[in-house]
Amino acid sequence: MSGVFADGLRSRIEALAARYPRKSAALLPALHLVQAEKGFIGPEDEEALAGLLETTPVAVREVVTFYTMFRRRPVGRHLIQVCTNVTCALMGGDRILDHLRRKLGIEVGETTPDGRFTLTTVECLGTCEAAPGLMIDFDHHGGLTETRIDEILERLD
Amino acid sequence: MEPATFARALGRAGGWSIEDYLAAGGYRAARKALLEMTPAAVLDEVKKASLRGRGGAGFPAGLKWGFVPPGTDRPKYLCVNADEGEPGTFKDRYILGHDPHLLIEGVLIAAYAVGLHRAYVYIRGEYEMIARRLEAAAAEAYERQFLGPDVLGTGFALDLWVHRGAGSYICGEETALLESLEGKRGHPRLKPPFPAAVGLFGAPTVINNVETLANVPGIVLRGAAWFLGLGLPADGGTRLFGVSGPVLRPGVYELPVGTSLREIIFTHAGGMLPGRKLKAVIPGGLSAPILRAEEIDLAMSCEALVCAGSMLGSGGIIVIDDRTSMLEVLLRAARFYAHESCGQCTPCRLGTNWIRKIVERLAAGGGRPGDIEELARLASGIKGRTLCPMGDAAAMPVLAIVEKFTSELEEASCRS
Repeated sequence: MSGVFADGLRSRIEALAARYPRKSAALLPALHLVQAEKGFIGPEDEEALAGLLETTPVAVREVVTFYTMFRRRPVGRHLIQVCTNVTCALMGGDRILDHLRRKLGIEVGETTPDGRFTLTTVECLGTCEAAPGLMIDFDHHGGLTETRIDEILERLD
Repeated sequence: MEPATFARALGRAGGWSIEDYLAAGGYRAARKALLEMTPAAVLDEVKKASLRGRGGAGFPAGLKWGFVPPGTDRPKYLCVNADEGEPGTFKDRYILGHDPHLLIEGVLIAAYAVGLHRAYVYIRGEYEMIARRLEAAAAEAYERQFLGPDVLGTGFALDLWVHRGAGSYICGEETALLESLEGKRGHPRLKPPFPAAVGLFGAPTVINNVETLANVPGIVLRGAAWFLGLGLPADGGTRLFGVSGPVLRPGVYELPVGTSLREIIFTHAGGMLPGRKLKAVIPGGLSAPILRAEEIDLAMSCEALVCAGSMLGSGGIIVIDDRTSMLEVLLRAARFYAHESCGQCTPCRLGTNWIRKIVERLAAGGGRPGDIEELARLASGIKGRTLCPMGDAAAMPVLAIVEKFTSELEEASCRS
C-alpha cells in the first residue's frame, strides 16, 4: 500500500494522526488532503488510508460516502456549487443556477466536455448576507448577477 | 451604549493578527484568569454572567462547564463547535475570520476553568479559507506562549487543533460532532451519558459554540455584572444577529439580548427592499418556527422566543417578503432536512423524505385533498421521537408553516 501516496502526502497524514489519541480520528482531515492532491478518493486510497490510520477500508468507505464534500469520481478543474437553500432562493438563486446551466450547457451534476467546470447544487454555505451565493472550489462568491458570474468564470483557467 | 465585544469581528477595529489584537488589550483577560484567579473563580464568574449558548440550544455555558468532573486523571477535552450549518446562520464566520484570537483567548480561559489541556475546533469543511486563517492565528498564539506546554509561564499546558468537517449539517449536533471528530460518520449518540461525562474518545468533554467562547474574555475582564447589564437577568450579554433576505442592509449586528426583532429588521438592517412588504420571519435559523409579520414585536431572548412558540436558536434571522410563496420556503426546507437526515432514526429518515415527496408534489401543482393534514401528521410523528434534536428541527418549521399559512399552501398546491 505504501506506493499509493507520495512521500510528502504520507508524512502529512502521519503528522495529522499525531494530533489525536487514536490515529483513526485523523480520517476526515486526511481525506481532505488526499482529495486535494488527487482530485477524488479512489478505492486504493481508502485502503491505504485504512492502513495508515489503523482502521478498516469499510470504515473509510462509510465516511467517504456520508459526507457530501468527499468525491469518489473526478470532477472538472473547477467545481461550482450553487446554494439552493431558503435565503438564496429568496434572493434569486434559481436564476443564477439557470444562467450557469445555459452558459455551460450542462445540467446539475455534469461536467463540461472540456473538463473545465462541474456544476452542482449545495445546501447553505453560510454566506446568506450576500445571497444569492455559490462556492467555486473553496472561494465563496456572493451578490451574484448574471454579469458577475460571467466575470468570475472568465478569470478562471 | 455601544456594545463592542465584536467590533473587530465586524470589521470596525483593526486586523486579525496577534499584534493588532495585543495592541487593543487582547489576552489581558487570559492573563487575569491564569495569573490572578483560581479556576473555580473563573467558573463562578461565567456562571454569574448567565452566558447562554449561542449555537442553538441556549444552554448556560457555566453550568455546562460545571458538569465536567474536576480533578480526574483522565484526559478531558474542549470542542469548539464551528460547524455553523444551520441555514441562515453566518455570524461565527466573522469571529473565526476577523477575530480568531478572541476565540483562542476564550478557549484558553475555558480550558483553564475546566482544567483541560486539549482543544479541537471543529469547523465546517466549506470554511476552508477561514480554517487556514484560524490555524495561522493559532501558530501566532503558540509563538507568544498563549498556547503550548507552558502558557504564560504558569506551567498550564494547552494544545489547540483545527479540525475540518466535510459537509454535513448533522455534525453541528454535539454528539454527531464528537463522532465526526473521531473519524466516523456523524451519527448522534444516545444521551445520557452526556458529553460532560463521556464525550470525545470516551473522556469528559465540553462543547461550546464559537460565539459563546468569544464572550468569555469580556466576562473575565469586565465582570459578570457588566455582562448581565448588557442583556437580560437570565440571558446576559449581546448577541450576533445575522439578518438575511430582502432587506436593505443584510449582515451581522451585535445587539443586546432582548433587542426587539422589529428593531433589528427595520432599524439595523434598514427595513425591506423598495417595493417589498414583510410577510414572515424565521427568527433563529431555519429550524426555528416561522413568525408572521404581525408577530415580530418580540424581545430576542431565549425565553421570549419560546413563549412565542419559536426559538432564538443561532440568531440567524431570515426575512421573507410578500413576493415569496410559502410553498417555496417549505419546499427548500423539506429538501434540506431530507438531505441532511443522518438516517439513524426511522422517524427522521423516512419522515423527512415523505414530507419532501409530498411538498415536491404540491409544488408541481399535484396537490390532493388531505395533503396538508398529512404533512402535519408526518411532522408530528418525527417530533420528539429521535435520538437527537434534528428530528424536532425538521418537524418544527413544517408544523409552523402548515399551521400559519394553511390557506396559502392549499391554494398554491391546487394551481397546476
